[in-house]
Amino acid sequence: MPIRTEILSSFYQDSVVLMRIASQVRTRPGVREMAAFMGTPSNHGLLEQIGLATPESRGARPNDLILTVDAESDAAAVAALAAAKDLLAQRRQASDSATDVRPRTLESALRTLPGANLVAISVPGAYAKFEAMKAIKHNLHVFLFSDNVPLQDEIELKTEALKRGVLCMGPDCGTAYLNGVGLGFTNVAPRGRIGCVAAAGTGLQAVVSRIAALGEGISQGIGVGGRDLSAEVGGAMTLFALEALANDPSTEAIVIISKPPHATVLPRLETVIAMIHKPVVACVLGAKAPAQSAATWVETLDAAAEAIVAAVTKRTPRRQLFSNPAEIRDRLSQLQAGGPIARDVLGLYTGGTLAHEAHLILEALLGREVVQQIIDLGDDQYTVGRPHPMIDPQTRTDMILKAGREKAGVLLVDLVLGRGSHPNPAAPLAAAIRQARDQAAAAGRRLVAVASVVGTVGDPQGLAGQVKQLEEASVELLPSNAEAIRFAALLVKPELSEKLLEVSR
Amino acid sequence: MSAPQIFREPLRVINIGVEGFAEDLKAAGVEVIQLDWRPPTGGDARLTSLLASLQDDD
Repeated sequence: MPIRTEILSSFYQDSVVLMRIASQVRTRPGVREMAAFMGTPSNHGLLEQIGLATPESRGARPNDLILTVDAESDAAAVAALAAAKDLLAQRRQASDSATDVRPRTLESALRTLPGANLVAISVPGAYAKFEAMKAIKHNLHVFLFSDNVPLQDEIELKTEALKRGVLCMGPDCGTAYLNGVGLGFTNVAPRGRIGCVAAAGTGLQAVVSRIAALGEGISQGIGVGGRDLSAEVGGAMTLFALEALANDPSTEAIVIISKPPHATVLPRLETVIAMIHKPVVACVLGAKAPAQSAATWVETLDAAAEAIVAAVTKRTPRRQLFSNPAEIRDRLSQLQAGGPIARDVLGLYTGGTLAHEAHLILEALLGREVVQQIIDLGDDQYTVGRPHPMIDPQTRTDMILKAGREKAGVLLVDLVLGRGSHPNPAAPLAAAIRQARDQAAAAGRRLVAVASVVGTVGDPQGLAGQVKQLEEASVELLPSNAEAIRFAALLVKPELSEKLLEVSR
Repeated sequence: MSAPQIFREPLRVINIGVEGFAEDLKAAGVEVIQLDWRPPTGGDARLTSLLASLQDDD
């Protein structure tokens, strides 16, 4: 099988553009795989891993662009490389003809935009500290999207940021809101009186979207990166953000979203929370509430949104596990009347926090008696050289089709809308589900798809249209991820209905 | 401590890396400037890390 490589020396392009170009070239006839990587050491490793390394690619330096294609014929490979170069040239031309000034250094950018107060950084992890430290030393707040940043770099950056009283949101921070402006992957939400601190990107998106649906808005949403509450980082930015929100007159209540903090960090977190004279809700996925806490602890993302909205509106939060238990009962009996459903749940998620939530709830409800597999498609192993599944649906589409050929009874999925996400993610999801269900039916099996949507009415994709596409594909839609997970559990284990439909949380 | 000043003023952003972020911010009406970024030190990550450490000693 012909693999062809071309090196464009001293040709830098950011990874998002490169992945988009590779995705476009992959759809050409006769192309099996396409990679467009800068020649950094980690990218050389990836090329070896996916079997596309060649003697030419191995000679590329970090500033050189590697284009490698695996095609069915030599002619297809040559044409694919030409197409990739065309797309790159178009991109270059568009950038060059842009009328805005593009300084080469932070210092000259500061001369062009003297009142700059935030630096957003999404360069490869190995260079992130270099850029972020420069920004922090200029007393600028930092939104650090880059991942693969060494832990020691994170510690040094956050230590310096604290010394100077600036935010270091990240590394690996996918979502934040400052003054009503979304940074990274964000849902369009109104400004309001609820402050958020999150060590979990899609967790913040889910909570913000639900808060918006309940009629409230966000004052600030501070992302801190997934490692902030580790023993090493010590909750540095979480504690700083909590104090900042405690002193922010526009913030009336605060919600924290994270995975369990390290045992050494929890007491510090509790001490800071105890000093805040505002309601605090803690959604720490996978942790039990401590015996004593100044915060209201909740176990799911939707419960976090409801508890914090209840706190600011002075209402009592909903106690039931489903928004509308009677309707759920009807839907379940209709589905169950259609014949047996295999006791096998497959969760295919694009949102990491949502996948984690699914794993926790299903494990608690189903134990080992039901087969369950929850896959976070944003995990490194599924994103080698490809955009995140919230941008590029292909990996999930392929896995849904595979599920149609195999044994799953219930398919559990999320759909994350907002800025940064795919422009119409419901279309490929609905099409794949239809096809998988037909395949299963042809083999005499049933496949029930259950979903929830993270999105707001302000999102660019259009919430109503996305929901409609899923409904038309007979996807069982639930108002939150937690409800979708419980619904999936009820489908494969109906005896849970007393526990889930009648008992309060 | 008091709340950071940035909570009370409009965002003005310098974007280093993925251009899409600058485009999204611009569409949201935020003042943003895109840096024409290239890996420093010709892409040598070890040298960059060394430079970042030197920068620490400022």
